[in-house]
Amino acid sequence: MAVLAVAIVLWCAVKLNWSWLPDYLPLIPLAIWRTIWLTVLSMSFGMMLAIPLGLAQAAGPWYLSTPARIYCSIIRGTPLLLQLWLLYYGLGSLFPQFPWIRESWMWPILRQAWPYALLALTLSVAGYEGEVMRGAFKGVPGGQLEAARAMGMPRSKSFFRIWLPQALHRALPTIGGETVLQMKSTPLVATITVVDIYSLSKRVTQDTFIVYEPLLLLAVVYMIMAGLLVLFFRWLESRVPSRTA
Amino acid sequence: MLGLIAPTAAASAFDLLAWSPPGWGATLVAGLWNTILIAFGAYGLGLLIGTLGAFGKLYGGPITKDLLGVYTTLVRAVPELVLILILYYLVTDAVNQILVFNGYERIQLSGVAAGIAVLGIVQGAYSTEVLRGAIQSVPAGQIEAARAMGMPPLLLARRVTLPLMTAAAVPGLANLWLTCTKDTALLAVVGFIELTKATSLAAATTKSFLIFYLAAGVLYLILSLLSGVVFGRIERWARRGQRPMAGGGM
Repeated sequence: MAVLAVAIVLWCAVKLNWSWLPDYLPLIPLAIWRTIWLTVLSMSFGMMLAIPLGLAQAAGPWYLSTPARIYCSIIRGTPLLLQLWLLYYGLGSLFPQFPWIRESWMWPILRQAWPYALLALTLSVAGYEGEVMRGAFKGVPGGQLEAARAMGMPRSKSFFRIWLPQALHRALPTIGGETVLQMKSTPLVATITVVDIYSLSKRVTQDTFIVYEPLLLLAVVYMIMAGLLVLFFRWLESRVPSRTA
Repeated sequence: MLGLIAPTAAASAFDLLAWSPPGWGATLVAGLWNTILIAFGAYGLGLLIGTLGAFGKLYGGPITKDLLGVYTTLVRAVPELVLILILYYLVTDAVNQILVFNGYERIQLSGVAAGIAVLGIVQGAYSTEVLRGAIQSVPAGQIEAARAMGMPPLLLARRVTLPLMTAAAVPGLANLWLTCTKDTALLAVVGFIELTKATSLAAATTKSFLIFYLAAGVLYLILSLLSGVVFGRIERWARRGQRPMAGGGM
């Protein structure tokens, strides 16, 4: 496999046209940075929403668990691209109709594309991870919670000290995989004019009519980022001691 | 917020989604039909690639294994959108080069065919991994017994491995089908008119973005809920005759 990979890389480096690269090199770090912060922020905000969503589904009363379940199936049942366009074009076309929004301090932010991108990605993460967290919360052995109650822990303390940490530990490998998936869905934001690394490569194609080379470089960049994410999560998992029988 | 636009929206929503030309209902349904067509085609192609790939990864020679390893790793590490763009150009280029080489005219590849080919190649990598895991879950003794009975490899695959692995493969394959239907939306970016693109055209023309995107969302949701029911049936069928897990196992 290694031989084949080296051969492909060498062939690409020699045979293909890379003359456009120096012109666009200064723009690349900023574009990669956009992709990274979109992934990180949407994952963090999404997880904050996913924990209550998962808890509501795992242990909540019906009036909390039913809406949470409906929310998760809606998000998981429709394409992210559609959700993104619904928020950007749908909501974005609603806001200007209301004068009080246009006059408020939020308008300069709402006029841009990135809040919608971040919102759509966050809501999508919340939907998918809510389902993951439901399984994780249910997977924590009941004895642990009973022991916490027997020690006289109040409910909130036993949640934050016992239930949540053990559920997160269980879900960590899945969350790692989902983060890679999330990173791979960020190029969709280019369709609503957010300039990330994907839309930079589109720009190169439009400017120079070179089709394959920018896309290949893009694929390599995403592969490196996916590899780094996998390594990071492997490190994170090794930090948490786990006893396997 | 919705309350404020509701009076105007409710009056026009039915007109906008009406079947005949002033309404856009027919356009949306035609888009949905394209989506389903591509999803079926790509899923079928993916299953074919996946079955061959899984057997190749498990029983192939070192070079086959290596090549398949490169294929599944590459496809699964690169975003679908980027892959679809690369493959879209590659597939149309390759078809035209073959045609020109054999002395035919260049053609414009139809959107459905290109979409099926592109998504099928992407799906193939994922289903290779799902099916490989499922084949490995078949008890080795069963396969050895079939070999000992003198079954040739193809007969063994058809009579023993494939039926036994189905139950283990169905949940993963159901997930893949849902991903497949949702990935067809990405073809909107290369300009193919499936449900999402049809919706965005309708929305851009009539300027009532919210109604059309919500309608398309409902269509996708119905599709995924129906698929859930169908795959539930298939899984029950595939697990017929299996002992329930509780009660000591095998």
